[in-house]
Amino acid sequence: MIFYEYEARRIVELAGIPVTKYGFCQTPEEARKIAEEIGGPTVIKSQVLTGGRMKAGGVKFADTPEEAAELAAEILELEINGLMPVGVLVDPKAEVKQEYYASVVWDGNAKKPLMLFSDMGGIDIEQVAEEHPDHVGRGHVSNLMPVGDYEAKQVIAATGVTGSQLTRATPILAKLARLFRENDMILAEINPLAELTDGSFVALDAHLELEAEAEGRQKKLLQQELGIPAGEIRDHYVPSEFEKNVKHLDAADHRGVIQGKDHGFEGNLGLVIGAGGGSLTLTDAVRSQGGKPANYSEIGGNPSVAKACGLAKEVLKKDGVEKIAVMMSIVSNTRVDIVARGVIKACLELGKDPGETIAIFRIPGAWEDEGNKILDHYGVEYCDRTVSLWEAAGRAVAKIQGAS
Amino acid sequence: MSVFLDKDTTFIVQGITGREAINLTKECLDYGSRVVGGVTPGRKGRKVHGVPVFDTVAQAVENHGGEIDGSIVTVPPGFTKDAVIEAIDNGIKLLVVVTERIPRGDVAEMVEFAEMNDARIIGPNCLGLIVPEVCKMGGIGGPAKDAAKSYKPGVVGVMSRSGGMTTEISSSLSAAGLGVSTAISIGGDPIIGSSYAELMPYFEADEQTKAIVIYSEPGGRMEAQLADWQKEHDSRLPIVAFMAGKFMDDESMKGMNFGHAGTIVEGKEDSAAEKIKRLEAAGIRVVERIDEIPDVVKERISA
Repeated sequence: MIFYEYEARRIVELAGIPVTKYGFCQTPEEARKIAEEIGGPTVIKSQVLTGGRMKAGGVKFADTPEEAAELAAEILELEINGLMPVGVLVDPKAEVKQEYYASVVWDGNAKKPLMLFSDMGGIDIEQVAEEHPDHVGRGHVSNLMPVGDYEAKQVIAATGVTGSQLTRATPILAKLARLFRENDMILAEINPLAELTDGSFVALDAHLELEAEAEGRQKKLLQQELGIPAGEIRDHYVPSEFEKNVKHLDAADHRGVIQGKDHGFEGNLGLVIGAGGGSLTLTDAVRSQGGKPANYSEIGGNPSVAKACGLAKEVLKKDGVEKIAVMMSIVSNTRVDIVARGVIKACLELGKDPGETIAIFRIPGAWEDEGNKILDHYGVEYCDRTVSLWEAAGRAVAKIQGAS
Repeated sequence: MSVFLDKDTTFIVQGITGREAINLTKECLDYGSRVVGGVTPGRKGRKVHGVPVFDTVAQAVENHGGEIDGSIVTVPPGFTKDAVIEAIDNGIKLLVVVTERIPRGDVAEMVEFAEMNDARIIGPNCLGLIVPEVCKMGGIGGPAKDAAKSYKPGVVGVMSRSGGMTTEISSSLSAAGLGVSTAISIGGDPIIGSSYAELMPYFEADEQTKAIVIYSEPGGRMEAQLADWQKEHDSRLPIVAFMAGKFMDDESMKGMNFGHAGTIVEGKEDSAAEKIKRLEAAGIRVVERIDEIPDVVKERISA
């Protein structure tokens, strides 16, 4: 789950990390009221789940409440990267003395959360790490022991920060690490963490991501504290029709699993493939041999005829798809005859000849002989495990290239 | 010789009364593995293919009358951490965690607990491990007769982030006459109990193993860790790697998830291209085509 800026602000605020007095508004009138309460220059920020807000004109500065209302009206109507904002955030224009960076991420090799801190905030941390490694402090925290303030202090002190800056930043980083663990985050970043002219520290912007697998047990935070409706899906990109349809087909039937993606694909060879690793290998094999996949997909477990048929149909209905290749790595639980029946049914229902439409069928799995009989009947070319994934993909590519 | 398992290895199945677990238990028994008990809270007294079911791991250990070597954990995601810790607390040292979709924090907790107790976790989100014609611990290779077809005893150690590809690769090694010493499906999650580099010393110590094949994907830093390990240790074992998911390096695929939970390109370092570069710099041969693996392994063994 990714969050709007106003939600991320709220989450860090709940963890006891200081933030500015901000307000989330959905009308210009609300924006005016918040700006009045703030009393002084404000920043109006579009609330969209995409980057590049500043460049797109989604972040603007206002001197008066009237101006704040006008700018809010503009930004509320402004589409950014195809997305309309859900509102605007009105924030006091902060008097910043220095910007810092604080984050917690997973270190998959150490298998522990990793705290990062830099006294060069506001810019890309990877760039800082490369160009000024002595300005980045790092430290792991245990998964089992409570996070100690001293652990955060060590990380910050490693960057050379001392004095009141060290003592003020320390609890913020420690709280961020606790929030990361307690709320099942996979990213918790405050950038910039600002030291204001009065010496106080506030989180000016926060980026948080909560692990999808943990949404169920974080209901209190998501639904009660943030008011996010149960089942709301937020992705880094807008799913296509194909993706939505495949998801729907998968949810409608509990037997087996199908997944489909076509973001970034626009070829003429539809892929009805599996399982996880097999799909990755096969997609590469098609591309490396000059083929143009129309999509990516995954068949897993033992899908029903309807499910296999549904996936094949969705692939065949995509613009530009001429043939499909039905291929999987060696599987023991997927019934070959069921998948064969499903993909043939898809061809027939769309008025296509299965023998012509299915470029290759390679699924070494259960009930293989029964599957082969059906494929024979419809004149579909098939092969067994003695034909590698690379070669099977190559045959499909050769067929579609010969056809066009 | 082999890695982790031999013909005397005993293990239990936690969550044994679940549908998939019942199949898995049968597969392992048919293969000749010693499944000495199962645990499902509230189901004490039942039997699954002749295997006695208990409420607790402690009861299973008591019934066995001595230490049990391993456990296959296949309970729902919300209960997995507790089940794994229960097993370790009862002296079990080898855990195969099959469950998918466990929150990362839970995985990290159980891995840290395992480290403190000298236990080893394989997975989560994995199919387990197999020593051909000796022992199969997990769903790896499927029913016993299918597993026998794909896995012949031999000299290659296989480690793979994809359960299915463990079998695909092992089948090609078996068909080529090389065979498999031990094959381990290490799991497809962003955090797993045992990475390639962490398993290398076990293969290194196994006389039967003459070469290693790894199946790899974009996402994470596990390949970089293996490259560093290989540079530091100068292993006697040649390593041949296959990298799937090269298409994910395209800018349009950034941040998208394919195949497994851990398979996602977020930065430059976890792209397929960068991983290939690092592996090759460490002397690990990365093949372009999946079907090149057996020939390249033969070449590297005789070199």
